[in-house]
Amino acid sequence: MKILVPIKRVVDYNVKVRVKSDGSGIDLANVKMSVNPFDEIAVEEAVRLKEAGKASEIVVVTIGPEKAQEQIRTAMAIGADRGILVKTDTPIDLGGVEPLAVAKTLKAIVEQESPDLVIMGKQSIDDDSNQTGQMLSALLGWAQGTFTSKLEVDGDTLKVTREIDGGLETVSLKAPAIVTTDLRLNVPRFAKLPDIMKAKKKELEIKEPSDYGVDFTPRLSIVEVSDPPVRSGGIKVPDVDTLIDKLKNEAKVI
Amino acid sequence: MSILVIAEHDNSSLKAATLNTVTAAAKIGGDIHILVAGTSCDAAASAAAAVNGVSKVIKADAAHLEHQLAEDVAPIIIDLAKGYSHVLAPATTFGKNVLPRAAAVLDTQQISDIISVESADTFKRPVYAGNAIATVKSSDDIKLITVRGTTFDAADATGGSASIEDYTGASASGLSTFVSAELSKSERPELTAAKVVVSGGRGVGSAENFAIIEKLADKLGGAVGASRAAVDAGYVPNDYQVGQTGKVVAPDLYIAVGISGAIQHLAGMKDSKVIVAINKDEDAPIFNIADYGLVADLFDVVPELEGKL
Ligand SMILES: Cc1cc2nc3c(=O)[nH]c(=O)nc-3n(C[C@H](O)[C@H](O)[C@H](O)COP(=O)(O)OP(=O)(O)OC[C@H]3O[C@@H](n4cnc5c(N)ncnc54)[C@H](O)[C@@H]3O)c2cc1C
Ligand SMILES: Nc1ncnc2c1ncn2[C@@H]1O[C@H](COP(=O)(O)O)[C@@H](O)[C@H]1O
Repeated sequence: MKILVPIKRVVDYNVKVRVKSDGSGIDLANVKMSVNPFDEIAVEEAVRLKEAGKASEIVVVTIGPEKAQEQIRTAMAIGADRGILVKTDTPIDLGGVEPLAVAKTLKAIVEQESPDLVIMGKQSIDDDSNQTGQMLSALLGWAQGTFTSKLEVDGDTLKVTREIDGGLETVSLKAPAIVTTDLRLNVPRFAKLPDIMKAKKKELEIKEPSDYGVDFTPRLSIVEVSDPPVRSGGIKVPDVDTLIDKLKNEAKVI
Repeated sequence: MSILVIAEHDNSSLKAATLNTVTAAAKIGGDIHILVAGTSCDAAASAAAAVNGVSKVIKADAAHLEHQLAEDVAPIIIDLAKGYSHVLAPATTFGKNVLPRAAAVLDTQQISDIISVESADTFKRPVYAGNAIATVKSSDDIKLITVRGTTFDAADATGGSASIEDYTGASASGLSTFVSAELSKSERPELTAAKVVVSGGRGVGSAENFAIIEKLADKLGGAVGASRAAVDAGYVPNDYQVGQTGKVVAPDLYIAVGISGAIQHLAGMKDSKVIVAINKDEDAPIFNIADYGLVADLFDVVPELEGKL
């Protein structure tokens, strides 16, 4: 089974981002960038399937700037075999390459690479869209197992346990299919130095959006990006009695 | 303009988030129709017809729609969408699963998780874990949108008298089959709609210890939530997680117990009216947004608080 893993270069989850003063977007200058955490989980899951003898090859793909090669190398250090960067200078967080355009590009890549399974993140932590996997699945006419916390592969049958609002749901899909990851699927490994060195030698192909003929013109224009309403800290109370008094008589919520 | 709202329901009743989505539709303005797709879903369709402001219910009742799998529901939305200016679904795991599948086929860039309607084509949505708010204007002919329930009041579930029309074009995709569900059972109010939420974090320490959080929630008639760390550690089920990638809540009172206040957690609760934090570390970031902070050991003060209420 061949697995394709789309990953995204995003601001590191530890960074508290700042809105640009002109309201045009987020200030990403000199900010630490990483693999979107859900995508790291996707790479790890693919590598585990390979280690279990269920997958033969893992190809990672990203649409992003030249520097997104760093994220491909990170995925390779975890165990991906090969990488494709679709290089673009258009921003990939807001007002640039949108989930629909990403899904269309991924569709073209799926048609060239013919994977049996695509594992990707449920959500990117910058645009928080939670769309691309479902869109890709629709464009390909494949089944989708979203928000996955457990994946069992048995030949071309996938048993997917999904985290839903009411608890858990298990569905059965026939490959080829799309699986999107949730936090409980696995804990990605830390790449060891020899793996990081090995990753540098793996094949990384650089492509242009025009190779796939997808129009990246955004459908949503950014009118403004602003700070959320600030919530100022309140007071510290010395004990439980004071807390109860405040909640009853000041906040009037109990 | 007419707007189609995709109902979230369990065949017999509507989920609360559907009513918040109707309010968002009313803010856009126009005729509001509701799609109820399910199996033996007459009761849910009647409930939808009674919602104030709804003029038509489209009922797609078929055996294969029992579990409302995305592969089966999306084609119905795709078929119906051409008659509408907007299609709205709640930003729940149901809506998030289904709507993008329809959007892609309709060649539309979905707008996820809106928190306000500025005009018929312009909406606000949080990005970067709520650390920024983007105002976006859509150029698509049909706008597909998911709606964050906590920022729109629930529409009145009564007072409407919409007509109910049958949709008969639904056919099974055969792509995916339902195997089983393990749903959390609780007598407590639903997390996203509760007036009071008491959440526990890693500091609570174990599944057994979570009983003190539950007791406090029960005393206040509230729901129980958790941080990701508490869910990952197996103290509580996944559907308790509040945050950027879990549920968003905005109760009148949110009590965070043994939770440090990571950005990702704050994203799911910082719109609560009153926030109380109980943490033994006086520098925990949660205190920066709490209205009332109590620096103490939770194992002392949570039982005391529960006892004194
Ligand atoms: C992609 C991604 C998505 C995420 N999504 C979410 C999300 O949706 N929701 C979410 O919550 N997190 C999310 N996280 C995780 C988040 O970054 C934090 O790791 C998590 O919120 C920490 O949980 P916590 O506050 O319970 O644990 P900790 O940060 O470990 O804090 C525990 C707190 O308990 C206090 N404590 C310990 N013992 C006691 C005691 N006896 N009495 C009083 N206080 C005590 C400590 O002082 C500490 O402040 C996400 C992370 C990533 C990378
Ligand atoms: N620019 C991109 N390149 C490759 N994969 C992407 C890109 N953007 C999004 N994805 C994938 O789609 C998932 C969901 O992203 P989103 O729909 O933006 O929340 C991510 O977790 C990635 O797996």
